[in-house]
Amino acid sequence: MKNFKNIGLWVGILAVILIGIWPIMSRNPSSRESTSVILQSIVLAASLNVLLGFTGYVSFGHVVFFGLGGYVGTYLLSAQGWPLWIAAPAGGLASGILAFLLGKAILRLRGAYFALATIGINEAMRAFVNNFGPFGGPIGMTLKFKIYNNYGGANQALWIAYYGVFTLAILAILLNFFVKNSKFGLGLMAIREDEDAAEVMGVATPNAKTWAYVLSAILPGIVGALFFFKNGNIEPGDAFRLNYSIEMLVMVMLGGQGSVLGPVLGAAGYQGLRGTLLTSPIFKNIQLSVAGILLLLIVLFIPAGAVGWLRRRFPRLRRFLP
Amino acid sequence: MGNIFLASLIDGLLIGFVYGIAAMGLSLIWGVMDVINLAHGPIIALGMFGVFLLFNSIGLNPYISLIIIALVGLLGGMLIYYIAIHRVLTAPPLSTLLATYAVNMIIIGLGTAAFSTTPRNVNFSLGSLGSGMITVQGTRLVAAALSTIITGGLYFFLYRTRPGKNIRAVANNRAAAELMGIPSDRVLALSFGLGTLLAAVAGGLISTFFPFTILAGGAYELKSFVIVVMGGLGNPIGALLGGLILGVMEGLIPLVLPNTWVPVLEFLLFVVILLVRPYGLFGAKK
Repeated sequence: MKNFKNIGLWVGILAVILIGIWPIMSRNPSSRESTSVILQSIVLAASLNVLLGFTGYVSFGHVVFFGLGGYVGTYLLSAQGWPLWIAAPAGGLASGILAFLLGKAILRLRGAYFALATIGINEAMRAFVNNFGPFGGPIGMTLKFKIYNNYGGANQALWIAYYGVFTLAILAILLNFFVKNSKFGLGLMAIREDEDAAEVMGVATPNAKTWAYVLSAILPGIVGALFFFKNGNIEPGDAFRLNYSIEMLVMVMLGGQGSVLGPVLGAAGYQGLRGTLLTSPIFKNIQLSVAGILLLLIVLFIPAGAVGWLRRRFPRLRRFLP
Repeated sequence: MGNIFLASLIDGLLIGFVYGIAAMGLSLIWGVMDVINLAHGPIIALGMFGVFLLFNSIGLNPYISLIIIALVGLLGGMLIYYIAIHRVLTAPPLSTLLATYAVNMIIIGLGTAAFSTTPRNVNFSLGSLGSGMITVQGTRLVAAALSTIITGGLYFFLYRTRPGKNIRAVANNRAAAELMGIPSDRVLALSFGLGTLLAAVAGGLISTFFPFTILAGGAYELKSFVIVVMGGLGNPIGALLGGLILGVMEGLIPLVLPNTWVPVLEFLLFVVILLVRPYGLFGAKK
């Protein structure tokens, strides 16, 4: 229980609540949509952080879990008529199983080879779903509008999806915190620093890496199912968009990899910036270039990210910046 | 059936030569400095637009434009190296991946603003050879021939000239090369420049027979990954062979399966090779 006395945990949760509470107070649909993008990014970035920040494995194709969860969730909702609260976790379960099956094989690869293999898996999955009849092939699937009647109409369904993402964002922070402060997490960080040394010191590295991979896959699967439930239709191009995985990496880098608060700051900062650039008349057309320049500056000059920089600059704040 | 088979085989082989050139650019950079260049695709696309702009504005023959594109590619690549890569070369792999991806975003962003994403094509033809079922476009033949010459030239450069030997020395052991008086910074910049040169030239060649957009490079970048992993790192002949294998696969698979299954098989092959022989089909174990 000593974990719950740790101030850092409450700082993380409070940050998520501060971000997520506003639309619930104001009942404003447009702020709900923009906030839900941020919360979804927090879930994805924090999940990726388990693998990237703690274990040191760069997954470039992490969006495959988001997409697979979305597909499984949408399929169960539309073709099997399952309710959302079973279909969404089922999406997460499918992603977790995929990660488990892939894990033992591709986690043998190190560094850039692992990164490339994850890209290959995402592309193979997208190309496969493109040809897979039950998932609608290249056209994808569309939810019938009357499905939303089970949830009190479309408007109410959007709120349900929002509460779901909000909960998942808090779960993602808890996951990060408990992994980081557990013996399991210590093993992961040992792998990050020196995998061979970790193995010699008694960390069962293949198992630890596989479980880190599974843990980083489940929440993206659930959030994928929620997102495409809200969206109403799913296509291979939307579900397995490689750029989205790189955005996740950018968010983790921006906030600070390997910290609990990092993904929250990174996701809020990146999505906030992206929204501003997209709506500004000057940068609208070249928003991608501006984001690219910013990313380059971060990579070149503050590789530890915002939280890492703050922790080094202000050692006294370390207790409050998990 | 025999004719269709032969026609698909020839088509695939000819395209494979160009894939090989594109992959060589990626493979050189990867092999020499252990950097996976995620800006590879956009640079291929810039090569395409180079030919397109020169052809449409002053009617320059695409094959003459290639010389200009090669030069710009070399200098542009060296510039990218000094700005984006040099500082993070010794950092963990994620840093160089993200740095090159940032370059990718910058090029795509500016390119989309300048050229939009409507498909373009270079209206240039050299007629075609052959008769009946088997006809071969002249542009594809020339592209294959040029690719072979470029591969030979690169091989000669890397194995028979001083700067090429420097590149191989730095690839082999940077510290030892520096102790022997090789200026490793300049050599790395040159290798990066050569890598982008090859990518841009490959793009220029592709633009003479396929329509393209600024985003078109992405598909060729992914193919290049597959080829590099097949051919082994930093090995021009391996990259060419890998390109030919991929080209033939793309030519022949549609004969037995729907066209859309080609990428599934390509990427599965990619993952399997990574798992079983990460040093390439032709490379030796490091």
